[in-house]
Amino acid sequence: MIWIDTLVQGVLLGGLYALFAAGLSLVFGVMRLVNLAHGDLIVLAAFVILSVATALNLNPFVAAVIAIPVMFAVGWVLQTYLLNRVLGDDILPPLLVTFGLSVVIQNGLLELFSADSRKLTAGSIEAESVSLGGVTVGVMPLLTFVSAVLVIFALNQIFYRTKLGRAFRATSDDREAVGLMGIRPNNVFAIATGIAMVVATIAALYLGIRANFDPSIGPARLLYAFEAVIIGGLGSLWGTLAGGVIIGVSQALGAAINPEWQILSGHVAFVVVLLVRPRGLFPRSKD
Amino acid sequence: MEPILSTHGLTAHYGDFQALFGVDIDVRQGETIAIIGANGAGKSTLMRAITGLLQNAPDAITLRGEGIGALSAPEVLERGISMVPEGRRLFPSLSVEENLLIGGHTRTGNGVWNLETVYEIVPILKERRDHPGTALSGGQQQMVAIGRALMSNPDVLLCDELSLGLAPVVIKEIYASFPKIKERGASVVVVEQDIGQAMKIADRVYCMMEGRVTLQGRPDELSREDIHNAYFGVAS
Ligand SMILES: Nc1ncnc2c1ncn2[C@@H]1O[C@H](COP(=O)(O)OP(=O)(O)OP(=O)(O)O)[C@@H](O)[C@H]1O
Ligand SMILES: [Mg+2]
Repeated sequence: MIWIDTLVQGVLLGGLYALFAAGLSLVFGVMRLVNLAHGDLIVLAAFVILSVATALNLNPFVAAVIAIPVMFAVGWVLQTYLLNRVLGDDILPPLLVTFGLSVVIQNGLLELFSADSRKLTAGSIEAESVSLGGVTVGVMPLLTFVSAVLVIFALNQIFYRTKLGRAFRATSDDREAVGLMGIRPNNVFAIATGIAMVVATIAALYLGIRANFDPSIGPARLLYAFEAVIIGGLGSLWGTLAGGVIIGVSQALGAAINPEWQILSGHVAFVVVLLVRPRGLFPRSKD
Repeated sequence: MEPILSTHGLTAHYGDFQALFGVDIDVRQGETIAIIGANGAGKSTLMRAITGLLQNAPDAITLRGEGIGALSAPEVLERGISMVPEGRRLFPSLSVEENLLIGGHTRTGNGVWNLETVYEIVPILKERRDHPGTALSGGQQQMVAIGRALMSNPDVLLCDELSLGLAPVVIKEIYASFPKIKERGASVVVVEQDIGQAMKIADRVYCMMEGRVTLQGRPDELSREDIHNAYFGVAS
């Protein structure tokens, strides 16, 4: 029974990692860009939610609704005025620029908000739990996981069922040929990064309610996100969810054996999956 | 009649390499133009320049008198020029139907072409609509590329080497669809290495060699010898 309990907690934790990773996966799928500042952008979103919640005295869930369009705009501007300028055949410039961006965001947040640990407070819901077939689970972890599934589902619908998603896939296939269809790749990329920042804001909401955060924790979130994307197979959104769950479950199992093994077990699982399936679990066939 | 599309002393460069040296062509309303020439003559470069994939001086290319040489590809499409690019360039992540739909992504124009009318001239595409575009035979893929270019209801349709890599029967089938495309009013420019095919369908022919137009005229005015010389550059 204790193992089932551990397994369930791990799966739910995986939902949080999938939320960290979904935006990264989307951006990679559309423009082959690995955004090294993704973790810091999640932390930035957490501070935006915190600021809105504090200034207007709002519940963080309500504050997030205000933060979402703000972060969409941040993503759009970032892509239009910075990242589009360095995207090209060479993958090194965007890596360097997003690495620099990561440092800039961390230091900017440090100046504005200091190094103090913060938390979003959502009230009594944080302590509530429900019983699922004999296993007691916290409402917040459950909500996180359900949100992750909904986010991945929504992104998949956008990707495969809408006109915008068609433009995403075509632009990812052939950046020059879409110009002949009247599509401007830079606009497509700006919208994709905007959407990735919307997802980052949802991730930030749960991150901020469930744990303390400060300006320095971005790179570690990036690492989990990155591992989830790679485990799932580059470009596969459902794969990203599976990747998040695998890391979550490994961490939970590791922690159950020895609390000090939690983080390490997640990374070990990542390495093991890569050894067995170097292209991840659900690679896109054409990559 | 005033030409709808013209190039005026068009030049093109790839880095230090000059690919076009002052090319002048005219396309009139409803005309079918064939551009012939050996490998490397600059035919595709000319097509890429017209569609905005290569930049030029604004007045080097005019459409209904407006200088479009400096416009980007999306801007050129909006003004009514679409292209079937060399090598088809279908989108592998898109189904047949999506490949067609994306041709009308930003411009649907006001003409007869839409999914239904494209399926009418190539019924097999309707049967295969949910297959990946790149899973079809070469000839069917070429028809998808043509259909995709028609979806924006262009005033000028450019086709770069439709027959490349296709069997003769298939090429015949593809060109058999041309009268239906023509009767709906568009001007058509085809780049074609098969001289016989070009002569059959074109109202006028331009022959290019090493980045220059070496011969032009109506198919019935051009002798085999003229064409041979213009094509291969045998000193006359
Ligand atoms: N991207 C490029 N970079 C450098 N040179 C190029 C490039 N594309 C074409 N060229 C050169 O420009 C010249 C014209 O090429 P282009 O593709 O326009 O010829 P073409 O007439 O279409 O030939 P083909 O019948 O082989 O398609 C050739 O000498 C070619 O090598
Ligand atoms: Mg060519």
